[in-house]
Amino acid sequence: MPVCGPKLSICGIVLSIWGIIQLGLMGVFYYFGAVALAEDIPEVSFEHGTKLKDFYAKVDAGYTQNAYNCWIAALLYLATLVFSAQQFWANNRSSLSV
Amino acid sequence: MGSLFRSAEMTLCQLFLQSEAAYACVSELGELGLVQFRDLNPDVNVFQRKFVNEVRRCDEMERKLRYLENEIKKDNIPIADTGENPEAPQPREMIDLEATFEKLENELREVNQNAEALKRNYLELTELKQILRKTQVFFDEHYFFKAETVNYRTTLSFVAGVILRERIPAFERMLWRACRGNVFLRQAEIETPLEDPSTGDRVYKSVFIIFFQGDQLKTRVKKICEGFRATLYPCPEAPTDRREMAMGVMTRIEDLKTVLGQTQDHRHRVLVAAAKNIKNWVIKVRKIKAIYHTLNLFNLDVTQKCLIAECWVPVLDLENIQLALRRGTERSGSSVPPILNRMDTPEDPPTYNSTNKFTSAFQVLIDAYGVASYREMNPSPYTIITFPFLFAVMFGDLGHGIILTLFAAWMVIKEKPLAAKKSDNEIWNIFFGGRYLILVMGFFSMYTGFIYNDFFSKSLNVFGSHWQTVNLTTENIKILPGSVMLDPATNNYTGTPYPIGLDPVWQLAGNKIIFQNSFKMKISIILGIIHMLFGVTISLFNMRYFNEKSDILYEFVPRVIFLSFLFLYMCIMMFIKWFKYYANNTAKDYVLGTRCAPSILITFIDMVLQKDSPVEPGCEPEMYPGQMVLQKFLFVCAILCVPWMLLAKPIFIMRERKQKELHHQITNTLENGDAEAFHNNTSAPTVQHGGHGGHGEEDSGTGDLFITQAIHTIEYVLGSVSHTASYLRLWALSLAHAQLSEVLWNMVLSKGLGMGGWTGGIALYIIFAFWSCLTISILVLMEGLSAFLHTLRLHWVEFQSKFYKGTGYAFQPFAFETILEGGGAYPGED
Repeated sequence: MPVCGPKLSICGIVLSIWGIIQLGLMGVFYYFGAVALAEDIPEVSFEHGTKLKDFYAKVDAGYTQNAYNCWIAALLYLATLVFSAQQFWANNRSSLSV
Repeated sequence: MGSLFRSAEMTLCQLFLQSEAAYACVSELGELGLVQFRDLNPDVNVFQRKFVNEVRRCDEMERKLRYLENEIKKDNIPIADTGENPEAPQPREMIDLEATFEKLENELREVNQNAEALKRNYLELTELKQILRKTQVFFDEHYFFKAETVNYRTTLSFVAGVILRERIPAFERMLWRACRGNVFLRQAEIETPLEDPSTGDRVYKSVFIIFFQGDQLKTRVKKICEGFRATLYPCPEAPTDRREMAMGVMTRIEDLKTVLGQTQDHRHRVLVAAAKNIKNWVIKVRKIKAIYHTLNLFNLDVTQKCLIAECWVPVLDLENIQLALRRGTERSGSSVPPILNRMDTPEDPPTYNSTNKFTSAFQVLIDAYGVASYREMNPSPYTIITFPFLFAVMFGDLGHGIILTLFAAWMVIKEKPLAAKKSDNEIWNIFFGGRYLILVMGFFSMYTGFIYNDFFSKSLNVFGSHWQTVNLTTENIKILPGSVMLDPATNNYTGTPYPIGLDPVWQLAGNKIIFQNSFKMKISIILGIIHMLFGVTISLFNMRYFNEKSDILYEFVPRVIFLSFLFLYMCIMMFIKWFKYYANNTAKDYVLGTRCAPSILITFIDMVLQKDSPVEPGCEPEMYPGQMVLQKFLFVCAILCVPWMLLAKPIFIMRERKQKELHHQITNTLENGDAEAFHNNTSAPTVQHGGHGGHGEEDSGTGDLFITQAIHTIEYVLGSVSHTASYLRLWALSLAHAQLSEVLWNMVLSKGLGMGGWTGGIALYIIFAFWSCLTISILVLMEGLSAFLHTLRLHWVEFQSKFYKGTGYAFQPFAFETILEGGGAYPGED
């Protein structure tokens, strides 16, 4: 049962493949604590009273959280990919049968 | 010599064809597509040419085929595209083709006419059926009404008919006014739309019935009905008659339906049969037409036995053309072989650069500026490398490069199915035509993105950063500012550079832009100077090829000296600065430290203005010993080049002319009559040879000579300054691209990443889609186009102005392939 047209489903497929690859890799990089991505972890303020150990712990927690979030988004894109591919297939079949 | 570097050598040929063999020979040449025919009767009207009749017959056949195609399309029958390319049929086959098309067209027209008549009939009957059905109600009311007023007046008469629904209000008003309210109109809508037989549109109509009294009113009502294009139908008064009539109408409608169905079937069969062959026929007819068009360009021999043609031919392909002509002769069964004769001509031949699918996109870019003069150096082989490279300098991002590459790779891999689709979308065709160009641009962008260490504005730490944090205490962290400035003089830098490209840590540094600007600006100037010097060098090949020895001495040499003594020297200073100076905090190397490193730009400006650069105390004023002396020498040399370029060539030409005149006078006085004859004989070819640059100026006056040279000199001298500055666009666009992608990341994707918590994953899912759309539309498409345009400008203006004339005209061979692709438009036909 095609819901979206052929163009939209192709767009969905391309976007989801891109999303899966990029977000999956970003998740891996976050998991290993890549410095290049440090600017994007949730704000951790270093106040006067904080101990260095706590600070590091917070930063590490932010990294792991972001890694999981990236993977969640990647999984959602996997779902989108499956949906779009099914739509694409359905569109192809309906256009062939006509 | 490779044909890619210069256009192919051409020659003008005269071709004698026997009248009987001419058609077959031209057909073979059309398949070959390597010959450009010249119009030998330009003064002759199109209608006075020899084969005007044949062309007219082809036009007629084309019209019939178009009609057939339209009919086929109307019935949604797929047209079979077998992709085969039938040969041009023999002239005698033309009659068969004509007969076939004539038969088909007549058959179709007849079927259509019949169908239309049937449909009209059908429409009338349905309308009548509706009238009979709808008016029943009115009549019932009428009789009821009549029963009450039976004594009042004699019976009312009526007319019934059908009218377009939108005309009803006007119709009603008109009736009221014209008959002063003495008529009674009733109307009812027909629910189902009816098909108009002539246009095929679906129209809504209404049934009406008008009651009135007397003949006068009757004529008036009928006139009004006529005026409103209402169709009136006879409607019997008695209910039994009406019922009978309705029955009759019903049966007739049923009959008509079967007949209509049969007519449609017949039409469908005819069209399906035609659809199988129509592509083939179109190709055949177009080929015949093209051949006769070409034959119209030929001259008739006095004896009427043979046709004479003149054509431009690539010298290398003469053999192929001879073979094609022989094939043509054999096919026509003629015994006399055609004669191909090379001719001398004073005209400049057309420029023919043979291309393949890879080089054609680059050649198109060059030709868009101007088609190269005959045998001039063709810039496109160099453009294949420099164009994507300069593009990539501005479009340096690994991620965007990957997107570009994947898109182009998809087009290249799916080349055949995509080309077979023959899309009409202009933008798509531009992208598809340049698929190899985009592919190479994508590869180069990936490379420069890797060097800039930019991946969607983030850096990749492939080899491990060569920066480190040392002696960082808790106290240090507390006073640390938001962004850290990297200072290579401290021991944060390990002292060895990152193996390839920029160190990934620069992406996070506070002084990233300052560092990158200095690097990218210098790189753009260095690339620009190399590019321009290369352009000047190519002009040397042109001068040597066209044997313009004076130009080498009076134009090429001073140009190279001027450019390299000023601007190449500046580049060399950049390298000296890079090699000699380094950031340090030691007192011993203070002279080589950051404070003492001279600004190259200021040093260069001071060199031109003949000033001493101010130096800080404790620094050396010179980068290397003898710098000031050398700079003075270089500057003086460069300045001397200006009058050299300006005056040397015109003076040389003037002197040459004077000597010639002198020589002429001497010979004239020595041998009077003979010398004149001799001179006249020789002067003709020399004038003819003067098609190229320098020789063409021989005829112009001295003033013109100086003015042209002054313009060229001023253009070159000012150009080298402004063009060098123009290459700074490489830096500017690259900076803009990097900043834009960073802003997009920080303003969009970063918002999704910084959410925290488990909802962040879903937010990231949505925001990523948004970010990727913006990346494609703004960063890849828009920025890509802008970088493309700037690259194009750098090639057209900065590079090609150094050597390229571009005053030629393109070789347009007579080829069936181009004629068929261009929808049958023959170049000679407007």
